[in-house]
Amino acid sequence: MNRVDKVSRRGFLGTAIGAGALVLGVQINEAEGATPAWMPSVYLGIEPNGTAVIVAHRSEMGTGIRSVLPMVVADELEADWKKVRVEQAIGDTKYGSQNTDGSCSIRDFYDAMREAGATARLMLEQAAAKKWNVPSAECKGQNHFVVHSKSGKKAAYGELVKVASTLPVPKKADLRLKPESEFRYIGKELPTIDQADHTRGAGKFGIDAKMPGMLYASIERPPVYGAKLRSFDDAAVKGVKGVVRTATIEGFKPPHMFQALGGVAVLADSTWAAAQGRKKLKVEWDLGPNGSFDSAKEKAEILAKIKQPGKVVRNVGDVDKAFAGAGKVHEASYYVPLLSHAPMEPPAAVAEWRDGKVVTYAATQNPQAVQEAVAGAMGIKKEDVTCHVTLLGGGFGRKSKPDYVCEAAMLSKQVGKPVKVVWSREDDIKFDFYHANAGMYMKAALDAKGKPTAWLHRSVFPSIGSTFDASAEYGQEFEMGMGWVDLPYAIPNHRAENGAHKNHVRIGWMRAVAHIYHAFAIHSFVDELAAAANRDRVEYILDLLGPDRNVPIEPVGMKYWNNDQDQTKFPVDTARLKRVVQLVAEKSGWANKKPTKGRALGIAAHRSFLTYVAAVVEVEVDDRGRVTIPRVDIAVDAGQIINPERARSQIEGAAVFGTSLAMMGEITAADGRIVQSNFNNYPVARINEAPKVTHVHLVPSKAPAAGIGEPGVPPIAPAITSAIFAATGKRIRELPIRKTKLV
Amino acid sequence: MIQLKVNGSAKKFDGDPEMPLLWYLRDVLDYTGTKFGCGAGLCGACTVHVNGEATRSCVTSMKDAAGKDITTIEGLGAKSEHPLQAAWKHCNVSQCGYCQSGQIMQAAALLKTKPKPTDSDIDSAMQGNICRCGTYQRIRQAIQIAAGVKA
Repeated sequence: MNRVDKVSRRGFLGTAIGAGALVLGVQINEAEGATPAWMPSVYLGIEPNGTAVIVAHRSEMGTGIRSVLPMVVADELEADWKKVRVEQAIGDTKYGSQNTDGSCSIRDFYDAMREAGATARLMLEQAAAKKWNVPSAECKGQNHFVVHSKSGKKAAYGELVKVASTLPVPKKADLRLKPESEFRYIGKELPTIDQADHTRGAGKFGIDAKMPGMLYASIERPPVYGAKLRSFDDAAVKGVKGVVRTATIEGFKPPHMFQALGGVAVLADSTWAAAQGRKKLKVEWDLGPNGSFDSAKEKAEILAKIKQPGKVVRNVGDVDKAFAGAGKVHEASYYVPLLSHAPMEPPAAVAEWRDGKVVTYAATQNPQAVQEAVAGAMGIKKEDVTCHVTLLGGGFGRKSKPDYVCEAAMLSKQVGKPVKVVWSREDDIKFDFYHANAGMYMKAALDAKGKPTAWLHRSVFPSIGSTFDASAEYGQEFEMGMGWVDLPYAIPNHRAENGAHKNHVRIGWMRAVAHIYHAFAIHSFVDELAAAANRDRVEYILDLLGPDRNVPIEPVGMKYWNNDQDQTKFPVDTARLKRVVQLVAEKSGWANKKPTKGRALGIAAHRSFLTYVAAVVEVEVDDRGRVTIPRVDIAVDAGQIINPERARSQIEGAAVFGTSLAMMGEITAADGRIVQSNFNNYPVARINEAPKVTHVHLVPSKAPAAGIGEPGVPPIAPAITSAIFAATGKRIRELPIRKTKLV
Repeated sequence: MIQLKVNGSAKKFDGDPEMPLLWYLRDVLDYTGTKFGCGAGLCGACTVHVNGEATRSCVTSMKDAAGKDITTIEGLGAKSEHPLQAAWKHCNVSQCGYCQSGQIMQAAALLKTKPKPTDSDIDSAMQGNICRCGTYQRIRQAIQIAAGVKA
């Protein structure tokens, strides 16, 4: 299915569909569409042999999206899934956004995919009507045939292609979308197209892509963010068998965006020879101002900043007055470190510069960003960059930032051959766009029942905005809108403040992004308040959420991000959040599993990416303080679900991802250099450390589809620490948990 | 000249004897089903069978592979699908799929020595294989199904 052609360059859409195919232009009208800036685009064709070629324009990093969106097209097309071939699109704005990020593929493209399929079906029905000289309304697409029930006539889709291709593309208003009762694939549990390949090692990833005559590169990058190359000595490199030459890559000009970091590359005839040559390089750097960056000092600085007032970003009621008159006050500070994405496939791409154009095969979440970044690096037009998208061996946000593709293109231009760049694991851990570290200060004034009458939450973190603006010091609208300024609790006085902080490494979005630290602080604090009030945590959370209502979110000095969606369509709905809390409590047996010494449940409920999630985690803490997680229950209301099986798999995976960052994940810097280097010192959860089983409970819903890839992550860490507190009495306010001795 | 067998075929290699088997398989023979994950024997993505034993090919040099019989994921089910491959599909184990070659090769070695593994057998055999997508519970389930210890 996946085409990373070794020799030819015909594996991209446009030539992959056979000659004579019916290619349907599906108009997505800007004025009518929910998401603007979608251009007229091409999502499917039908070949004369009847094969439906459906374009997957979003990247496959494990969510199943390159199967699930085509299933939506196939459903409306009334296609037989066995007669469908999925083609991965190259980067091209004609497909609309291809930035596979932000848990929005279904939300943004469900309607467009249905319309694409329905358009083709209608045209095939019209073609059959013309052929049989009957009204087209009497013709119906059914499982890859058009049938005319009155006469019993039946024609395969392939037979109708020739006539259909002469017909005008119908208007959107003329389309007949299928009723839910007739869905073949939507809402069903079809396996993804790549499952079988993955059992045979046949899936083609970025690291597997080859081009004829290519060289393999290994790159020594500036060890400190912003360091500059002073000099290098490659005399010893040239003696390494297989090494062809060295080349330098210019460092980035601020802001760093997705530019290459720069450095010295060793090019060789194999991955191994390049890596061996690199070991012989002698490189001198000017470290620059970040050469003294130290994570311990930065943490102290952030923890001091959160004790000071910051920029007010949400303000409800009068917090100061409420605190002044408060009987009882509770406060706490939380800290979350830098994290690395560490996808199992490190960043990898192969690129060729030829005649002023670039062709690349890349493991990328965003081929259009590849076009832009590579074009910028090479001084060419983005249309002159052809980006083929391979499978991604995990992405988690790392592979939406194509610095590694720029490296391959820049090197190819210098050496006059295609160049493959594969980051070592050490490169990946040391030169990531890190998930931000963050400090949070929380303070609540409490009434007689221990419920807050006032709530203050200060956050300080280096912003992802520093990627695009070197002077950025405050959080971006989207970072603050991630589970922070949209706090849904029924508290009359509420203020959120953001303190300024500069980045000292590249900061980037990682699965669930700013929700990770905000959810950890908020739900940990809720857990503390419930414990202080000696109340059941489920009952306390429900009380805090208050009456069923849509909470209007009105931050100060910015609009509420809300994943760029209108609050009328995607409100902050406390009824839905309460429902997942109640569901997870029921399914986990919360009421009957009272904490015992060393074994207890914890809970957290969080809305992210427009999806409502509540998690109950069961932990065991043994007499040596070792934590295991025998069971997790997660209730999810993500609106309409297209493929429940893949939705469950995403939530199961999120529980493991959340466990990794809660229990063990930590990136630190000393003397400006990242200390960690591989899975020995940047551990991620293994089979014996991950939750043994995660039960996913999907809420049946007709609400518009929301996110599924990320929303499972945020509640995991606070649910684990909630459980550890219940089991041991130890309150953990800093991640990772392994830094706290539990006995 | 190093001689070895890969998926039943005799091979000769006259390059750097220190080159890890992983890069020989991937760069020279184009058996790309075996994956690079860490280069240090920490993640299991590169697991192959060397004389039938699960081995990290990223830390096995060509000189140590000399005279050995190597099986990669491409060779595992070459004759007929391995029960683990069928079970993997049955459970829809894969998300991104990148680590799964190594997972399956590791599990295949486990079932050779322990055809009816317990949970703790699975934990100890599989804990060297990282899955960042977090498919562990389905990996466990698929192994149990392939072993016939769970339907």
